[in-house]
Amino acid sequence: MTTTSRGSFEDGTASRSPLYRPEVRQVIYQVLLLLALGYLVYWVVNNVADNLRRQNIASGFDFLNRTSGFDVSQTLIPYSNTSTYGRAFWVGLLNTLLVAGLGIVFATVLGFVIGIARLSSNWLVARLAGAYVEIVRNLPLLLQLFFWYFAVLKTLPSPRQSYVLPGGAFFNVRGLYLPMPVPEMGFSRVAAAFWAALILSIGIGWWARRRQRVTGQRFRVLRTVLVLVVGMPLFAYFTSGQPLSWSYPELRGFNFQGGIVVLPELLALLFGLSFYTASFIAEIVRAGILGVPKGQTEAAQALGLTNRQSLRLVIVPQAARIIIPPLTSQYLNLTKNSSLAVAIGYPDFVNVFTGTVLNQTGQAIEVILVTMAVFLLLSLLTSIFMNWFNRRMALVER
Amino acid sequence: MKHLARGVFWVAAMMVAGAGVVEAQQKTLDTVKARGQLVCGVNVGLAGFSAADDKGVWSGLDVAYCKAIAAAVLGDAGKVRYVATTTKERFTALQSRELDVLARNTTWTLQRDSQQGLAFVGVNYYDGQGFIVKKSAGVKTGKELSGATVCVQTGTTTELNLADFFRSNNLQYKTLVFDKADEALKAYQADRCDSYTTDASGLYSVRLQMAKPDEHMVLPDVISKEPLGPVVRQDDFQWFTIVKWVHFALINAEEAGVTQANVDQMLTSTVPDIKRLLGKEGDFGKGIGLDNEWAYRMIKQVGNYAEVFERNVGAGSRIKIDRGLNKLWSKGGIQYAPPIR
Repeated sequence: MTTTSRGSFEDGTASRSPLYRPEVRQVIYQVLLLLALGYLVYWVVNNVADNLRRQNIASGFDFLNRTSGFDVSQTLIPYSNTSTYGRAFWVGLLNTLLVAGLGIVFATVLGFVIGIARLSSNWLVARLAGAYVEIVRNLPLLLQLFFWYFAVLKTLPSPRQSYVLPGGAFFNVRGLYLPMPVPEMGFSRVAAAFWAALILSIGIGWWARRRQRVTGQRFRVLRTVLVLVVGMPLFAYFTSGQPLSWSYPELRGFNFQGGIVVLPELLALLFGLSFYTASFIAEIVRAGILGVPKGQTEAAQALGLTNRQSLRLVIVPQAARIIIPPLTSQYLNLTKNSSLAVAIGYPDFVNVFTGTVLNQTGQAIEVILVTMAVFLLLSLLTSIFMNWFNRRMALVER
Repeated sequence: MKHLARGVFWVAAMMVAGAGVVEAQQKTLDTVKARGQLVCGVNVGLAGFSAADDKGVWSGLDVAYCKAIAAAVLGDAGKVRYVATTTKERFTALQSRELDVLARNTTWTLQRDSQQGLAFVGVNYYDGQGFIVKKSAGVKTGKELSGATVCVQTGTTTELNLADFFRSNNLQYKTLVFDKADEALKAYQADRCDSYTTDASGLYSVRLQMAKPDEHMVLPDVISKEPLGPVVRQDDFQWFTIVKWVHFALINAEEAGVTQANVDQMLTSTVPDIKRLLGKEGDFGKGIGLDNEWAYRMIKQVGNYAEVFERNVGAGSRIKIDRGLNKLWSKGGIQYAPPIR
């Protein structure tokens, strides 16, 4: 340092020291920045650990193996108040995945329908779709959740005056009670038949595509596959003596017992998230379709393609290239927004883990870190999948 | 070279600054005095314990404790900034020094004492968890709640007691957990739940807020011990002692018969207990880092424990909770304070 600083900065060319070469300097600056950043991280971690120790606050992840002692209203895996906090973590995560997964499916379907409806030549349909988009996407999601939960909940009857739905189902303020299929001995054969049909279908699809490429002959894949996937399990079901019984919900005491319950919290959250996100997806779909030049439609028609064919083979593949990237962000948003569940009592990840577990253990830093890691991971996985899908759909330039 | 030197300087400066932050930990008493204000964590809204009226004026049993501490430490019960905290936020806010003290109907447990760096100074309200149900449900005791759905607020001992109660009695139940008590209550009123559960004091308080209080009843079962009290951090023993003795002094004042109204006449009292309490004998205030008139100011501005209790949750309030366990030990309750001597 002392030797190099002798060379005056102003006349630049005089010194031969490597410190005056721009590339060397760049490296030095970057190393310095990295060191400073590393030190900052080290300092933060150290400071936190130090403070926790001094304040006698427990740290570490041992708590995950301790008994939780609380219950959760919806569990996709076996869980009770004698399970561990680690188990509660999975219960919450699965509940979040459930609502996010269903929400993405519903929002996508609804969004596509509304997006296309906005472009409809029918004046009323187009205006209705437009009104839907403008109203729903401009109201805060939390408000909409409260609406679905409290406004709709209040209109539902108590268990004793339930709406009776066909097929032994009931709907009341406590949720939607559905009969639950109970597999009996021999049901594995039905399941095996289903999987066999699925594998067979994939084979047929591959064979049909190959044949069309070689001979130009088309094969009705969809029809065959449907017959296989429905028919084979049905055949197995009847030949092995109908190995399936149903558990029907019955009113006993305060509530219905038996069957499957779809909680009103889940329904409200699902409605709220799907309707809200669908309004954004509708706009994305509309933009995607409008983004395909009109000449493409005209060219398809000139080739003699039917309306449906031109939509399926020409318009949609090109629109998809515009739609998919922003669609990914909407999926990410929906997943992240599902954390608003805590306001209406749906036991999602944030409610169970970042709520109850955090409070009972008091280990805020660990729990928040895990929560952030989980959401980051979910988002990254969604992104990776959608990017892969996008690459598949992208225009192949030859 | 100038650039390089500047970069090195900033990195070095950052390191020094970082080291400085670690060292700077002031005593809570000094911080409060320097700020001229006590920052007190209270409940967002629980009538009788801490609730703000339409003008933003706070009142309640817990709020009175904030005022008492401010009167003892700063000389003015009005020098308090109230921070409304939810069950979820309260401990983090205290641990991270956002609050000087948390007076928020918080249950004293071993877990909180041992793993969260908290120190409970005493019990300002002996409570127990109960259930509220609709009279139309025809339930008379907690054991008849088999199969019921129960609404509860997250982050409370309530959630755990609930599970314990149903588990130990082999009863089936469903729980529904909400972030805020308000939403849990709304769900109960919308008939989503058969029962709402929290500390009995809270049940009486929310029953009053309902559209038709007569349609609801609090079950006689008390399923847990809920000693509620003010909390401070473990790392400041001086501050812990001050808040602890504010609580004890309020009880001792009741025991000695010193009230807000007669405290001035009591200054001339010849009873040794009272002389020590009001700073006429001994240097007890100075011993805890205050002056000797600390308890006098507190009683003058806030009252003794009985007055605070009756005014906020007892006979003089809308909630009208019987003092029960919270009577003085000499009158059949278990409120008891070590002597000032």
